[in-house]
Parts: sequence; structure tokens; C-alpha cells
Amino acid sequence: MEEGVVNEILQGPLKDIFDSKQLITNVSGSGNNWAVGYKVFGSQYQDQIVEKLRQTAEHCDCLQCFFIIHSMGGGTGSGLGTFILNVLEDEFPEVYRFVTSVFPSGEDDVITSPYNSVLAMKELNEHADCVLPIENESLFDIVSKINQMVTSGKPGTTVKPESLVTLNEGGIKKKLQEKPFDTMNNIVGNLLLNLTSSARFEGSLNMDLNEITMNLVPFPQLHYLVSSLTPLCTLADVNIPPRRLDQMFSDAFSKDHQLIQADPKHSLYLACALLVRGNVQISDLRRNIERLKSSLHFVSWNQEGWKTSLCSVPPVGHSHSLLALANNTCIKPTFIELKKRFTRLYKKKAHLHHYLQVDGMEESCFTEAVSSLSSLIESYNELDVTKGLPVHDPLRLNIVI
Amino acid sequence: MSIVTVQLGQCGNQIGYEVFDTICRDLHNTQGFCCKRENEVYQASCKEHFFNEEKSGVPIARALLIDMEPKVISQTLLKAAHSGRWKYGQHSHFCQKQGSGNNWAYGYSVHGPKHEESIMNLIQKEVEKYDSLRGFSTIMSMAGGTGSGLGAFLTQNLRDAYPNSFIINQIIWPYGTGEVIVQNYNSVLTLSHLYRSSDALLVHENDVVHKICAKLMNIKQISFRDVNQVIAHQLGSVFQPTYSPEDSCQYRRNPLGDLMASLVPHPEFKMLGLRNIPQMSENSLAYTTFAWTGLLKHLRQMLISNAKMEEGIDWQIRPPLSGLPALEKVLPNKEFHFNTSIANLVILRGKDVHSADLGGFKDPALYTSWLQPSDAFSEWRTHRAFNKYEKLAALVSNSQFLLKPLDTIIGKAWNMFASKAYVHQYTKFGIEEEDFLDSFTVLEQVVASYCNL
Repeated sequence: MEEGVVNEILQGPLKDIFDSKQLITNVSGSGNNWAVGYKVFGSQYQDQIVEKLRQTAEHCDCLQCFFIIHSMGGGTGSGLGTFILNVLEDEFPEVYRFVTSVFPSGEDDVITSPYNSVLAMKELNEHADCVLPIENESLFDIVSKINQMVTSGKPGTTVKPESLVTLNEGGIKKKLQEKPFDTMNNIVGNLLLNLTSSARFEGSLNMDLNEITMNLVPFPQLHYLVSSLTPLCTLADVNIPPRRLDQMFSDAFSKDHQLIQADPKHSLYLACALLVRGNVQISDLRRNIERLKSSLHFVSWNQEGWKTSLCSVPPVGHSHSLLALANNTCIKPTFIELKKRFTRLYKKKAHLHHYLQVDGMEESCFTEAVSSLSSLIESYNELDVTKGLPVHDPLRLNIVI
Repeated sequence: MSIVTVQLGQCGNQIGYEVFDTICRDLHNTQGFCCKRENEVYQASCKEHFFNEEKSGVPIARALLIDMEPKVISQTLLKAAHSGRWKYGQHSHFCQKQGSGNNWAYGYSVHGPKHEESIMNLIQKEVEKYDSLRGFSTIMSMAGGTGSGLGAFLTQNLRDAYPNSFIINQIIWPYGTGEVIVQNYNSVLTLSHLYRSSDALLVHENDVVHKICAKLMNIKQISFRDVNQVIAHQLGSVFQPTYSPEDSCQYRRNPLGDLMASLVPHPEFKMLGLRNIPQMSENSLAYTTFAWTGLLKHLRQMLISNAKMEEGIDWQIRPPLSGLPALEKVLPNKEFHFNTSIANLVILRGKDVHSADLGGFKDPALYTSWLQPSDAFSEWRTHRAFNKYEKLAALVSNSQFLLKPLDTIIGKAWNMFASKAYVHQYTKFGIEEEDFLDSFTVLEQVVASYCNL
């Protein structure tokens, strides 16, 4: 809802990819206010948005899913973004809605980000098929780690430049310090690439996007997936022995590689998907699953809950890569933290008037939103309670001969 | 005399390709260990079953490729064409743009009815080319959405449209630890539906074939291609032409029918397992010789002890002595001691095949009490060797082979169903909880029947 960012893209190296007819901008921005994004701009631009969506959809032979990429803490991405989510559900009910949401971190410079996030969460709970939360803190940690690897100068650690998950292949050299968000965003870009790789390239075990919701969403409300990408870069030294492959699998489960601040290894898995690219075969996959599963806790009704896919084409600069998507209760602390920050502000009614003065906003919007978040947290609690408890198989049907 | 192979989904198409490739390779094999005349008759019979002749001389596989997304089919068609030895028909495939999302309900209730007419028309066109259609062989996995869901729908339709043709489903049993999280639901729904419309279900277990690749073929980094090639070899060893002394000393004209007659005496018992001996890499094959006595001794013990391959057989297990009271009925979760059979078919191919002694398989103690061994056991012997194996024995068995795997899958699916996990994904497309319960009931019945042999 402001022009700066879109203009920058249109002047950048990728300007030819974007069709100017597909752009909608305004000048004033949403003022970091979810209500402005959702209610004001939502109603103002609804027709335009629907029109442009229809035009683009008409060009598709078979529309499978929408990707919504936004942040939760601001006004446009959060408010207008979740408004569009609603629109997509109404206009294209059969098409899957994947949402990549950047969650605000503790030291967010937007004071009202807890309000925006919780209001947006309610929409994600009710209208998204699948959400991939991302936290800037984690992205930043990954970037720092790569920095260390690149500059450590230890023998045998020269990194192949095009393999960095933080730099794009276009070869545009940016100093890692100069535009930190670009490097961080590149990681998310790679996430989406790996997610869709099996749909774009051939492989011995394909996985389409609709299979992700089918396998990773056991109950409609629990559709939040923790993601991790490995490897972060490839070493240029070919003398390093190829134990890399098994290491890649181990890394995917370490908390340093997750894209949110969470530790899936010590929480409860509802389901896990491994999307492998490159020269990896089914025996490698099985060997690693056998090796790792004893150290992971799976919910009692899904003890072998693994979804796997093999795509033959690796990403640029790598010989193989792995994207792990986990439906895991380790996401609960993120939501609890969000609720806490919201409550801190809401108790004092701080900044509330900015929202309430928007047409259509009432206090009930806030109470409903926080109650939706609470019920989500409660669902995760109920599952966590079962962790580590002895498993009793339910009685089977008795057949009379 | 023709068999139409229907390849369904990614798994079905990938395996189907390997099957035709193996059959074609065997066809042109010069190491048949038999005379030229014999070889020519074998080749003619094989071509009649599996290929259409074309003016260009390149045989066209009697197969239909069906998938709900285009990538695998285009790859398969290309690979076949590149081989130069055979190819698929130009219009023998049907595909859509969007897959089934591993959702049985989507494959069965959405894709099925939507594409019923187009697919059945495609089949009709293919069938019209043949003088005599003997039956259909579908290749599908149980774990996914297309092979399983659309496969079940299609089998029903085939049964209705071609009531006098045999239908055998080649079912790929997924790995125990996950390829697909909802694979147990998909498997339960598939098996229960197929049981009603199919004549026989020939099962190939990924875990078993994987072990064969690792231990017997010595493959270090096993790919799906390796697994599929072993399955193709096993299928070839059963379905390649076999000699029939009754059929005026010719190659068997109706292998599917004869298979059914030998192995499926009762509609409650349709689950067939397959064992091959020997099984080894092509390199080792050149340096090894076998004797029929050794091979058949191992095969018999594999049958009795329910061993999955010729390594690690438990030789302690023995059939119950005849005359003694029947052993206590074994429950599937107890340790298995002895594998009771309903019917067995042993197919021998290769050198000195007539000297092989199959007496051990005629022991009444191996079989359930309601069939005489003369009815329960069949043997097909063929001189002409298969796939460069000087001697090869294949056992197709209707026995308690699959009792434990079936029971395990039902258990896991039931466990998941009890917590209602993922059920909303199925009800979204019209498969309700009652449908699940019906399927569980059908399969528990099958388990109980096999248990009580």
C-alpha cells in the first residue's frame, strides 16, 4: 500500500518477470495497523484484487495453489494479506492456500506488532490450508553462521559461492553486511523453491503441493509447519569425504537450522516430511530415517509418520539438499510468547484507539482473535500431555466366524 | 490370448516400464538353454500376450498408462521409445494436470467418476485390437492417491464392463516406515474395495524387495529403479510363456485363467505372495551353478517358514505331522511357526527342468484340510530359461504369507482412525467414517479367515 518497495523491484534485475498489470499500489501505507490494511484497504481494493486474480487464474491450465508471502507484524502484509486470504477462499475454494508468514521477533521495532499478529493469526487459523512460520531471529542466526563459515579461513572450508543459501545465483555480489534482509530473504526464497521442486522437476518419488496438506495436517486447525533447510552451503574442497549426506539429515533436525526459534527434537512430532533433492536414493533416505527416528518423539497414532519425496534435480551449486517440514508442538512457545506480548499491551489498552477508530473494528475483534489463539495453544497442550505416556493400542473390531 | 496391463499412478507406470523392458530383453535373449525352434515358439507366445506388432517392426506394449499428473507418463513414454526395442502405443495414455494428492478419496470419488468415460473408452479401444482378451493386470501402489483410489474405482468398472475377463491386481505394499503418512488408510480402503471386484491380488512388498536388493543383489545405494527391476524380474518369471502339457504341448494360452484356477479356489482367499529363487546380480549369475534339489529344498522351506528370501531361512520350522490333532490356531500377533497354504503354484524354468522333484510340495501337511494336494498344488515346467538364469523357480502362493503384513497395516490404520487424525481430508471428498468402518470390517474378516486355516 505504498510504492517504495514495488518500485525498487521494478527497477531491479528482475523487472521483466513481473507483469505491470499485476501490481496494486497506494501511497499512504497502512501505518502498521492491521485494521487499516484489512478493513480500509480491503474493502477499497477488493474488486480490483478479485479482478486481477481472475485474470491471472484464467491463464492457468490447472491452478493448484496460491502462495501468500507476508509479515504478521505490519499493516499491509498482515491486514490486507489476511483479507486476501479470505477472498481467495471465497473465490477459489478448491485451490490450496499456502502462507509463508514472517513472525515478529521480541525486539521488533513496530510496537503494535503483537496486535497485528494476533488479529492476523485468527485469519490464518480459519482460512489458511497450511502456514510456514518464519522468524527473523532464526534467519539472522543462519546468516551469521554462514558468515562465520565463509570467513573462518580454516583449511578445507572454502565455500562454493553459488551454493550459499543466502545469495542468489544471479551472481549479484552483495556484501553480506550491506543488505542483511536480502540475504535473510533469500533463505525463504530457497524454502519455497525446494517446496515446489518436485512439482517442477522429475524424480523417482514425486510430491505435489496438495500432498503436503494431505500428509502434514492431521486436524484442520493444526496446520502450522516448522521448516528447516540443509545444507546451508557446499564446501568447494572435493577432498572432504561424502559423509555430508548423513550429516545433512542430522542437521535438518537440529534447532540451529530451523527457520523459527524452536527445537523440534525435544517436542512432539505429529508428522514430518522430508523433501530431498539431488543424487539421493531411497536407501539413503531409509537409512537416515531409521537412524534418526529413535531420538524423536512421535505422537502415539502416528509413530511412523514420515512423508518422503525424491527429486532428481538438486538446487544450483549443490549436489543434494533437504527441506524438512515438521508439524510439531515446538511451535507452541512461539504462540504463547505472542499471546503474552499481546496481553501486555491489551491490558493497558495501549494504542487501541488507532484500531477502534477504523470503521468495522470493535473490541470483540480483539477478544475473538485472542480466544482463537488460546484454543490453538490448548490443542497443542492436549497433544503435549500425551508425550512419553505408554501407548495402548485401541481394541480392534471383533469378527464372528 | 492377450493380457492388457494397466499402469496406474507413478508407481504403476515406473514398474510397468521395467516389466515390459525385462520381458522384451528376455524375448531377445540368446541364452535360452534350449533349441532354436523352442525359442521361436516361446518368442511368438510372448509377443502374442504382451505386444502388438506394428509395420515398423518395433513391438508395441499392450499397456495403458494412467496418471493424474503428466511428468511420470511423459518420462515413461520417452524411456521406452529410446530403448529402440519396444515402445508404448501413441495414444495409450491418459493423464491430467493435477495429481490425487495422496488422497484415496480424491482418486476414488473425484478423479474416478470425472474421467470414467475417457478411461473406459481408452480401454475399449485397446481391447478391440485383440482377437481374444484374456484379462487385465493392473499395477498400482496402495500408499498413494491415484494408483490406490483411482485404481480401486477402475477395477470396479473393469469388472462391470468385462465380466468374463480375469482381473489380477499387482499391488505394491509400501515400506513400513513411511513413504506417505496416510498410507495405512489408503491401503485399507484399497484392499477392501479390490477384494470385492478383483480375482486375485498379487502383492509385492517394498521392504522385502529392498532386502533382496541389499543382501542378495549386493546393491550399495538402492534406488527405486533397482527395486522396480527386481519386481519386474519376479513378474516376468511368472507371466512369461509357460509350457502346458494339457494344451496339446504348446505354450499356455490362458496363463491368467490357469493361475486363477490353480490358486484361488475360494473368493474369500485372494491374497497371493510371490517368491523367487535364485535371486542375484547379473554379474554373479555368470559364475554360479545350481541344482534343482538345492533350489527346491530352499523354496519349500521358504514357503513353510514364511521366509521372504533365500537368506536367513529358519530351518527349525516343520509342518505338523499328519495324523496328529491340528495345531492350536495361531493369532497373528503371536510368533508365527508354520505357514499354512491354501494353494501353491511352482513355476520352473531352465535346464533339466523335467528332472526336478516337486514331491516336497505335495505333502498334505502343508495345506489346509479342505483341499487335497492334487487340487491345491500345481506345477508349470518350461525348458526355455528366463532372463539368463540357467535355472529358476518361482512360487506363487495363496497362504498365510501376507497375514502378518496385512494385520500390521490394519492395526496402524485403526490406531490412527481411533484418534480421527486425517479423517477430515477424506470426508471432504465423500468418504465418510462409515466407509472406513466397512473397509476395516472386510479386512478383519479376511484376516480371520486366513488365521483359521
